[in-house]
Amino acid sequence: MSKKDNTKSVLTLHPERCKGCRYCIPTCPKDAISISDRINQKGYKPVAVDMETCIGCGSCYTICPDYVFEIKEVQ
Amino acid sequence: MVERLIPTALVEDNKFCPGCGHGIINRILAEVLDEMKLTDKAIGSMAVGCACLMVDTFGVDWIQSPHGRAAALATGIKRCRPENPVFTYQGDGDSMSIGFSETMYAALRNENITAILVNNGIFGMTGGQMAPTSLPGQKTVTSPMGRNTDLTGQPLNIINQMKDLNIGYLARGSVTSIKNINRVKKYIRNAFETQMSGGGYSMVEILSPCPTNWKMMPDKSLEHIDNTVTTYYPLGEFVKKGGDSNE
Ligand SMILES: Cc1ncc(C[n+]2csc(CCOP(=O)(O)OP(=O)(O)O)c2C)c(N)n1
Ligand code: SF4
Ligand code: SF4
Ligand code: SF4
Ligand SMILES: [Mg+2]
Repeated sequence: MSKKDNTKSVLTLHPERCKGCRYCIPTCPKDAISISDRINQKGYKPVAVDMETCIGCGSCYTICPDYVFEIKEVQ
Repeated sequence: MVERLIPTALVEDNKFCPGCGHGIINRILAEVLDEMKLTDKAIGSMAVGCACLMVDTFGVDWIQSPHGRAAALATGIKRCRPENPVFTYQGDGDSMSIGFSETMYAALRNENITAILVNNGIFGMTGGQMAPTSLPGQKTVTSPMGRNTDLTGQPLNIINQMKDLNIGYLARGSVTSIKNINRVKKYIRNAFETQMSGGGYSMVEILSPCPTNWKMMPDKSLEHIDNTVTTYYPLGEFVKKGGDSNE
């Protein structure tokens, strides 16, 4: 997300924490979240995010019970 | 857009099941403590249930009470350490069945503590037994034909029990959507602000999914709360001594 002060909201993903509940998927306004085919260390199929489509809105951060998403401001 | 970083109290991954509402509630509680600069001073009181999984993962000082007695323990802590923010974090079976008396008497004394009551309508940790909050007809392992209210009474609405008492703050929220999560975070903040200004007892009840014991997929669990559970347990602020009593 571009802003006047030239910073961007950028998503950081922690897929090893994901438990595959899928709450985040319908919450994303850009349909940027999908479930990947691999299995993570917790034994679940974790989410993947299309970073090209993501606008850093933070909806996924708000709904996720497992702290998989963070939004950072970068120059 | 502000940064959304993992709050400092969340020191390890939580141990809850996939889609468990406790995970969302842990995060918003940790956010409020950070935003109010209370994380280092907060003391939590817990008893039994899946809340106990927080002792390793939620980085504040904790004391575990005997079953159900978290509000009585919090009373003692707060009276000895009036400067510290003191809260209980309990499930519905713990706070409204096993410890109903302690929960009610803390409110009746208008004790200056904050109670976080997580209502998932079931005894979660022990495998899905009926709780006082279970809905009429709800199938659980101890009510396999559905809760029979002729035998077990009506679901316990704790807000109705407390709303006419002389207390500081009372609200009920849910974690089913971005809007509801943001709202319940505001309620938790109002509750801690009540305590820190000496405003007396504050309680936030939070309707929360237990997909494991409801035997429902997580997305269906959220729909169930919105479509059915909230008809028994309406959302909103019910006592707000610092301002208007409804949104
Ligand atoms: C005296 C006593 N009562 C009850 C239990 C068992 N017990 C431990 S956790 C729990 C259920 C807690 O349910 P709840 O408070 O609703 O929490 P949840 O796990 O649903 O979040 C019970 C009954 C016990 N060990 N001893
Ligand atoms: S909400 Fe969190 S835990 Fe659930 S699928 Fe999405 S990233 Fe995974
Ligand atoms: S930050 Fe917003 S756009 Fe990006 S993945 Fe999360 S919900 Fe989707
Ligand atoms: S049993 Fe229910 S309340 Fe306990 S962690 Fe699992 S989903 Fe959450
Ligand atoms: Mg429960």
